[in-house]
Amino acid sequence: MAEEPQSMLQLPPSSAAGGEGPTEVSPETTTPEPPSSAAVSPGTEEPAGDTKKKIDILLKAVGDTPIMKTKKWAVERTRTIQGLIDFIKKFLKLVASEQLFIYVNQSFAPSPDQEVGTLYECFGSDGKLVLHYCKSQAWG
Amino acid sequence: MHYPIGLLFDLLASSSALPWNITVHFKSFPEKDLLHCPSKDAIEAHFMSCMKEADALKHKSQVINEMQKKDHKQLWMGLQNDRFDQFWAINRKLMEYPAEENGFRYIPFRIYQTTTERPFIQKLFRPVAADGQLHTLGDLLKEVCPSAVDPEDGEKKNQVMIHGIEPMLETPLQWLSEHLSYPDNFLHISIIPQPTD
Repeated sequence: MAEEPQSMLQLPPSSAAGGEGPTEVSPETTTPEPPSSAAVSPGTEEPAGDTKKKIDILLKAVGDTPIMKTKKWAVERTRTIQGLIDFIKKFLKLVASEQLFIYVNQSFAPSPDQEVGTLYECFGSDGKLVLHYCKSQAWG
Repeated sequence: MHYPIGLLFDLLASSSALPWNITVHFKSFPEKDLLHCPSKDAIEAHFMSCMKEADALKHKSQVINEMQKKDHKQLWMGLQNDRFDQFWAINRKLMEYPAEENGFRYIPFRIYQTTTERPFIQKLFRPVAADGQLHTLGDLLKEVCPSAVDPEDGEKKNQVMIHGIEPMLETPLQWLSEHLSYPDNFLHISIIPQPTD
């Protein structure tokens, strides 16, 4: 793997994302926001459960699938796996007919209508959900 | 949303007379609401993924990962051909848990409601409380879906359905998971309004 532009910097995800796909949380391209009352300062306990609108996901490529320069994203809980697949395909400039599979725990492929928030609650760890993506079926 | 047919019945048609008359449409596929099924293999892959997800919750995937490819095939073939014994010869292993524990790590469940937009509720829930008491179906609902629980002295507004029946809320969840799970190893629980007549 080449450079890994990820850090666990606890920048609050932009609250005004406008629903335009996941928000990048990599420190490289995110402009640090001025502190506001709504911002969660690093070290502060984040509100638990459903109260936090977005969750952090970490996207990892499998096999010869192209890597994404930005791996860590903040996405709405209600975003579906299909929505995420469409986003990654667009990001990687794959043609629509190419398949993309997403895996949790490097073991199962959640169904496309499943929401990432639910997966985060059941399979997230260390405050993020790790998802592997692949152009071919990687795990059974 | 692709749901098991038993769940569709509980959720949308549980007051209908049996046998359930269904209408199969061959035209005007609702592309917006349902994903097209590209092949028979996709159904098998989806089913096995559900099983793997369930085992990730029950045994950290250890049981399903220790199985051989032919065991996975047997689960699918047993289901597909309605061969109960063939299916359960393997599925039995997915229902086991260490003798020193009183159940699975977490119970694979999904709770569906007709009254909400959310597709379903799925969270981490252990079959055994910290004090060693077995969690019941009622405990689960109180924890993850309190709006569905009717007050004890109040009017009964909801029905909690699994496989066409209303299990007692005092039923241990571990027992339900072992005996009333669907073939995908999830407990699919429907919460529907109590019929008025």
